[in-house]
Amino acid sequence: MSRSLAYPEAYFDPGECLPRAELKRLQTARLRQAVARASALPFYRERLGGFDPNSIQEPGDVRRLPFTTKQDLRDGYPLGFLAIPRSEIARFHASSGTTGKMTFVPYSRGDMENWGTVVSRFLMAGGLRPGMLVQISFGYGLFTGGFGLHYGVEKVGAAVVPVASGNTERQLSILYDLQPDALVCTPSYALNIAEEIRKSGRDPKSLHLSLGFFGGEPWTEEMRERIEADLDVFATDNYGLSEVVGPGVAGECRERKGQHISEDNFLVECLNPESLEPVQPGERGELVITTLTKEAMPVIRYRTRDISSLLPDPCPCGRTGTLMTRVTGRTDDMLVIRGVNVYPTQIEEALLRVQEAAPHYHIEVTRPDNLDVASVKVEMRPEIFSDSMKDMEQLREKIARAISSITGIRMRVDLVAPETLERFVGKAKRVTDRRFKKD
Amino acid sequence: MKIKQIAIFMENKPGHLGNICKSLSDAGVNITTLSLADTQQYGILRLIVQDSDKAKSCLEKSGLVVNTTEVLAVEVEDRPGGLLAILEIIGAKEVNIEYMYAFTSHYGKRAIMIFRFNDPDKAIAALKESGIQVLSNEALFQEIQQA
Repeated sequence: MSRSLAYPEAYFDPGECLPRAELKRLQTARLRQAVARASALPFYRERLGGFDPNSIQEPGDVRRLPFTTKQDLRDGYPLGFLAIPRSEIARFHASSGTTGKMTFVPYSRGDMENWGTVVSRFLMAGGLRPGMLVQISFGYGLFTGGFGLHYGVEKVGAAVVPVASGNTERQLSILYDLQPDALVCTPSYALNIAEEIRKSGRDPKSLHLSLGFFGGEPWTEEMRERIEADLDVFATDNYGLSEVVGPGVAGECRERKGQHISEDNFLVECLNPESLEPVQPGERGELVITTLTKEAMPVIRYRTRDISSLLPDPCPCGRTGTLMTRVTGRTDDMLVIRGVNVYPTQIEEALLRVQEAAPHYHIEVTRPDNLDVASVKVEMRPEIFSDSMKDMEQLREKIARAISSITGIRMRVDLVAPETLERFVGKAKRVTDRRFKKD
Repeated sequence: MKIKQIAIFMENKPGHLGNICKSLSDAGVNITTLSLADTQQYGILRLIVQDSDKAKSCLEKSGLVVNTTEVLAVEVEDRPGGLLAILEIIGAKEVNIEYMYAFTSHYGKRAIMIFRFNDPDKAIAALKESGIQVLSNEALFQEIQQA
């Protein structure tokens, strides 16, 4: 079992426990400001069609506003959603796209402050305290994971060892030699670290770790139990997406009944993805997020494609932010592989780089040793077939390289006989995800 | 001087080779010799048949991916060092062998080997210069029938 905290529960800031009525008033005022800010952008000016921000009377009025999709953001590449002067940008991050083209996400100094705050909230809520040491094993760079957690930890007043992702051997050395209190990474990487420790013949429980903050990919309660048993940590989940901020949209407290949404910064709706009408509290739907404080890149009703639900009951911890449940899936065919967003269309693009007409393909994702493994089956065609084994192996390597340059993920390429992959009428099912299924 | 070889993409699955042989058998095509290169998941079956066009079309009709390549059929003396002699000639001209395989039967003191060179014309010139026989399609099948 996991350890319980030896010190009392503490909040990071009052924004987490505003009375609901006050929170609603704040959300209303901020929504007006957000719409006014967004109206400065040609995209929203056109979409909003003269909408008067002052006509917003309550947070629910957000339903009168238009949606924003990933495609809209892509169409605005590179800076169509930049709402502040260039000179006021403090940082750029980027999110992966379906076509290999990323979407830039700019931040103002104020955005960076708020981002640090919302991340600090879930870190404190999960048990992090000033004086502790946190090993961050998320990627640093355009990906929001590493830097997002980094500034949150510093804001709490804890120390960071920014190991970044990969190089498991080095991860282990630091875990043993610096004895951090908390680990930040994807849940599958946490299991991988535990496995490597076991292989090295050392007892994972001899580490000083007591907390784990995991996110960046979907995971299950069973995985949490395993991570907690293996690393002897108290593991919490957190949620975010780079289009609205990065990590920090929501995170679990010690109750772990759901993830508290930082509702003073994000107005979150849960809608039926077909009718786009709100679902009942507790019912599953697509999360749609409006940024309330974001200055550099305000987004209105961003369709996340993430499936979750919003719980009706308040949390006994005292935080008033609505609880969202674990994200259980997507409304599109996006995959999260080792924390990286991958779309099947990216595989198609890679195949088109290797030959003119893309052959039939199928992606399979498994998690054999707690680490995501993706493979792509590609149907053989006369144009790419050669009698020489060297050519064939070069072809596989060429496809694998094209995939890795577009998605950032190395996948195994399997060549299969023609007409062996299933054909679909209408929407093709290009993906088999075996990670969360028990066969 | 070059002879036609057909290559077929195969998945490493039970029954796949059988299906190929069935197609050829139904079309009345006799396999003169073959070689199989394989990896864990897939293989390349290479065949020498008398009527390669017929073989190719019947295999394609069964949904297989087939290509035709030109290879050389080279006479090799059936004695210790026979193959070495060929390799020395080829090596001296810096021609590389992509792959090679042997005929199952041999003729008197000679064997026949199939070579796929990266530069077949250069190989032919080098072999001829050294008096090594490179068989044409006709000569090859004539030899086989006589044997």
